[in-house]
Amino acid sequence: MTKVSMTVNGKTVSGEVEGRTLLVEFLREGLGLTGTHVGCDTSQCGACVVHVNGEATKSCTTFASLCDGAEVTTIEGMANPDGSLGKIQQAFQDHHGLQCGFCTPGMVMSAAALLKDNPKPTEAEVRHYLDGNICRCTGYHNIVKAIMAASGQDVSIAAE
Amino acid sequence: MYAFEIETPSTVQDAVAALKSEGAQALGGGHTLIPTLKSRLAAPEKLVALSGIDEIKGVRMGDDSRLCIGGGTTHATVAAEAAGHYPGLARLASLIGDPAVRNRGTIGGSLANNDPSACYPAGTLASGATIVTNAREIAADDFFQGMFTTALDEGEIITEVKFPIPEKSFYAKMLQPASRFPLTAVFVAKFADGVRVAVTGASESGVFRWAEAEAALSSDFSKAAVDALSAPPADGMIGDIHGTPEYRAHLVKVMTGRAVENAA
Repeated sequence: MTKVSMTVNGKTVSGEVEGRTLLVEFLREGLGLTGTHVGCDTSQCGACVVHVNGEATKSCTTFASLCDGAEVTTIEGMANPDGSLGKIQQAFQDHHGLQCGFCTPGMVMSAAALLKDNPKPTEAEVRHYLDGNICRCTGYHNIVKAIMAASGQDVSIAAE
Repeated sequence: MYAFEIETPSTVQDAVAALKSEGAQALGGGHTLIPTLKSRLAAPEKLVALSGIDEIKGVRMGDDSRLCIGGGTTHATVAAEAAGHYPGLARLASLIGDPAVRNRGTIGGSLANNDPSACYPAGTLASGATIVTNAREIAADDFFQGMFTTALDEGEIITEVKFPIPEKSFYAKMLQPASRFPLTAVFVAKFADGVRVAVTGASESGVFRWAEAEAALSSDFSKAAVDALSAPPADGMIGDIHGTPEYRAHLVKVMTGRAVENAA
């Protein structure tokens, strides 16, 4: 067992992990942050996307011990300080960007990573960026629409 | 997953020493290796993580006008930082996997694994790049030795890859949308002294150079020159649920034509 410390959603946390402990296991089982989902567990589906040092990262394909000292943001860190939904989360609600909701944490985290680097993406750029996020309900149109809306763009004609 | 230990060296020297122990395996970005461990297709006793070694990260222009990319550099960094120097290669990096994969996966990891459908082997072979390790320099033409097989010795680490920059290049990738690997992809690089054409995703022997296309394009760099060729033989091409050997052989010609048309 090795001790790891990292900053998760602004709080310093630490715990004991094995070499094989994945970041998603540390988050869900170690810290009780169950918002991050494991979908495929093979790095295809993107339900487990979190930010590690600001970069979208598949937490099911990252060892916790290698995140020692990192800044991690999960879906739980996306709400406003008063607990209300953050801008991207609110856009997902407003535009019905989720059906079953399983992929949503990863979708929101990927969207946040995209908008950080590219604040006004085109619809094509949004779709390209979501290559690694699979929605089994196939709700992509409204997901794209929500992300366009979160970027402050007119979505009256987008994704139709 | 089964239990194993992870070492996190911060220098190449320490990593090489750690890899000398029995059952040790280097870990790059892990986006091939970790799924492989989960399915028990590999079971090393110790992983030596290369992600903490800063000296093998980064993109820089070398004194000899070659673009030098550290073995531990992620695809995302190559896509962003190589764009001004070698746009064809930066674009290849930008098409690997998806954004989260590109944030972790490394050029050294991709080349050392030599997946027969990986993107980087095509760009590296077509560029006539040189693979630098902790021990020596290896020409791309000698490096790739068949499916998942390279010239690397046990415990040898790719520290840098040096790319001659062509006048024009393009990577034409026919995407297999589920895996995001190419079903077949072709990298064409036009240098002053000739054209190199490397194909990935097609052959059971991994990445290869298409000699007939190189000869034709070296005398006439046009799509018409590709159209006049016969597709390479289907014998030895990969056949699976996504495409037959004949389909892949046909794609080699089609994607070579597209690469030439778009080369810039």
